[in-house]
Amino acid sequence: MTPPPASKTDHPSGDNRFKLLDRTIARFQSRGDALIEVLHSAQSIFGYLENDLMVYIARALRLPLSRVYGVATFYHFFNLKPKGRHAFVLCMGTACYVKGAEAIQNAVAKRCGVSFGETTADGAVSLVSARCIGSCGLAPVAVLDDDVAGKLSVDGAVERVGQWIAEPEQVSS
Amino acid sequence: MTIEELEERAASEQQRQAEFKKRVLTCTAAGCVSCGAGKVVGHFRAQVKERNLAKEVEVVETGCMGLCGSGPLVRVAPDETMYKNVDLEAAHQIFDEHVVGGKPVAAYAVDPKMPFFTRQVKVVLENCGRIDAEKIEASMAAGGYEALARALTEMKPEEVIEEVRKAGLRGRGGAGYPTGLKWSIVRKAQGDQKYVVCNADEGDPGAFMDRSVLEGDPHRVLEGMAIAGYATGASQGYIYIRAEYPLAIERLKTAIKQAERAGLLGNRIMDSALSFRIDLRIGAGAFVCGEETALMRSIQGRRGRPRPRPPYPSEKGLWGMPTLINNVETYANIAPIIRNGSAWFAAMGTPKSPGTKVFALAGKICNTGLIEVPMGVPLREIIEEIGGGTPEGTTFKAAQTGGPSGGCIPAEHLDLPVDYESLQLVGSIMGSGGMIVMDSTSNMVDVAKFFMDFSVDESCGKCVPCRSGTKQIALLLEKIRSGQATPDDLALLEELCVMVKETSLCGLGQSAPNPVLSTLRFFRKEYVDLLIPKLVYEPHEA
Repeated sequence: MTPPPASKTDHPSGDNRFKLLDRTIARFQSRGDALIEVLHSAQSIFGYLENDLMVYIARALRLPLSRVYGVATFYHFFNLKPKGRHAFVLCMGTACYVKGAEAIQNAVAKRCGVSFGETTADGAVSLVSARCIGSCGLAPVAVLDDDVAGKLSVDGAVERVGQWIAEPEQVSS
Repeated sequence: MTIEELEERAASEQQRQAEFKKRVLTCTAAGCVSCGAGKVVGHFRAQVKERNLAKEVEVVETGCMGLCGSGPLVRVAPDETMYKNVDLEAAHQIFDEHVVGGKPVAAYAVDPKMPFFTRQVKVVLENCGRIDAEKIEASMAAGGYEALARALTEMKPEEVIEEVRKAGLRGRGGAGYPTGLKWSIVRKAQGDQKYVVCNADEGDPGAFMDRSVLEGDPHRVLEGMAIAGYATGASQGYIYIRAEYPLAIERLKTAIKQAERAGLLGNRIMDSALSFRIDLRIGAGAFVCGEETALMRSIQGRRGRPRPRPPYPSEKGLWGMPTLINNVETYANIAPIIRNGSAWFAAMGTPKSPGTKVFALAGKICNTGLIEVPMGVPLREIIEEIGGGTPEGTTFKAAQTGGPSGGCIPAEHLDLPVDYESLQLVGSIMGSGGMIVMDSTSNMVDVAKFFMDFSVDESCGKCVPCRSGTKQIALLLEKIRSGQATPDDLALLEELCVMVKETSLCGLGQSAPNPVLSTLRFFRKEYVDLLIPKLVYEPHEA
């Protein structure tokens, strides 16, 4: 295996985002036990963990690729597929469950035509279920993009998702 | 920083706060932010600027004020009037009439004589919702780092441990292991390097105590950890926190930086021989990482899979070195114990479970939010008086404690004192402090299925009883729920629960059947009603 591309040289793809990632790797002195921190950083920079990205991280931290892949798939927080333009994160904690999150889950999934954990075919909406976002006083809660919506109703949730689906597809830069 | 400097900074902050005529405190913990606290703070700031009141009115953002179901919450000091459901209009009125005019606005005011406030005893949450969580001076003015200073200058490490032991503090993560004993084991363990770990991987759905403490008073946790470092001889601390708590992570980062700059973390703390630094480790959404051996593997960048104990972390932990692992709330109790003495602490609660416990009260209850009560308080007092009972028109059915590892406490046990032993007697556990109230509309088989699905998802897959057993239990529950099960299936379910409980490797598997067993114990009828009666052979008449 060739030594990892040191942070001094640019990534062959010319993608500047790798420089940001290299900075995190350098901060942890390429230590293998910083793998989770590096994956966090990679996901926040790239949005999701592509196979090539995991290969890059494995080399940089001098870890077997199986370890990187194993850790990335073990933790729920890491995505191996790109996310939709909008994210509907429904809290499925106990308090939200008791207050009717399941009905919202079913209605929203029906409206989107995909189940939770998936993204609609046109890439408009990702449906995610969260364990508990800790805003139990406002149950049922969902995070719509970065906006926390508390005391959500079934109709309200379906309407919001409907707006996202109806949105014209933006030209991606 | 010396003690004199610490006192001086605390005094000057107190002085600064006293100079304001009015201080407007707004809760900006996650719950209130999601119902618009940010806009309310913005409005107050704009008003202060517009009316040129910067010298008379201070606008402060604080941590959780407790009454999370009625946010955003605002408190006006020094007269301590608290307001709930503060929208922009209310904010305008409060600023006009109370902050400027001096007359409290009755329409939004919360009654301070409400049992929700009078029945609580605040130790861990004493500063939560009262201080600016992003300023170390605010913490100092409220007595922060005083205990660390006293421990470093007046006490030997053994004396610190003895004080914690005498206080009778037990682990607030759920198991209730005596904290003093754990500390002394780590102190005596041999190792070149020792670690102090704070478990902030609050995974139980429905629990937000640790998040609120970290968001509202992060310095208290850092201080507790530094004292633990001094007592056990550790020089490195880690806080393992969930990625789902971005605000708590930000506030902790800020707090660590401030403490380092003030010389309260880092090398030679307060000119003593103690060197102690704290790093954050961010979790990645795995419930099993709340289990201590899995947590340590996760800190080391591996998959969070538990391993058998012994060896316990206090002997062989992070990188094979002695490691002290305590929960957020446990560390948050340390500074008050050192400051006020073990006798003060032991006088609260019950002889076997001294002190207080923070609970996150949620579900079908009027006052959802964060509460702190002395151990041993009857459950009825928490539900009916502090919580205000279930919403009108429904009756209390059960309280669920301990999350997916705990159980349901039915109405007939409402007079049960809430402490570690009593909860175990009825088949539940204290857990980290989530308490979900269910009313007559909740179906207990559904609840059991909900928790079992959780355990199926979160099982790490290492041992068979947990990996396959939880899945089979979930399938059986679904069969019962859909009305296709026979009494034999119910017998099988019970047998399987006992098997998983007895043969799983770690706490997650061992406790996963608890929600099923406890609902079976108290609400068996709901299961039986769904069964198909056994077919009885009836010979045809010839």
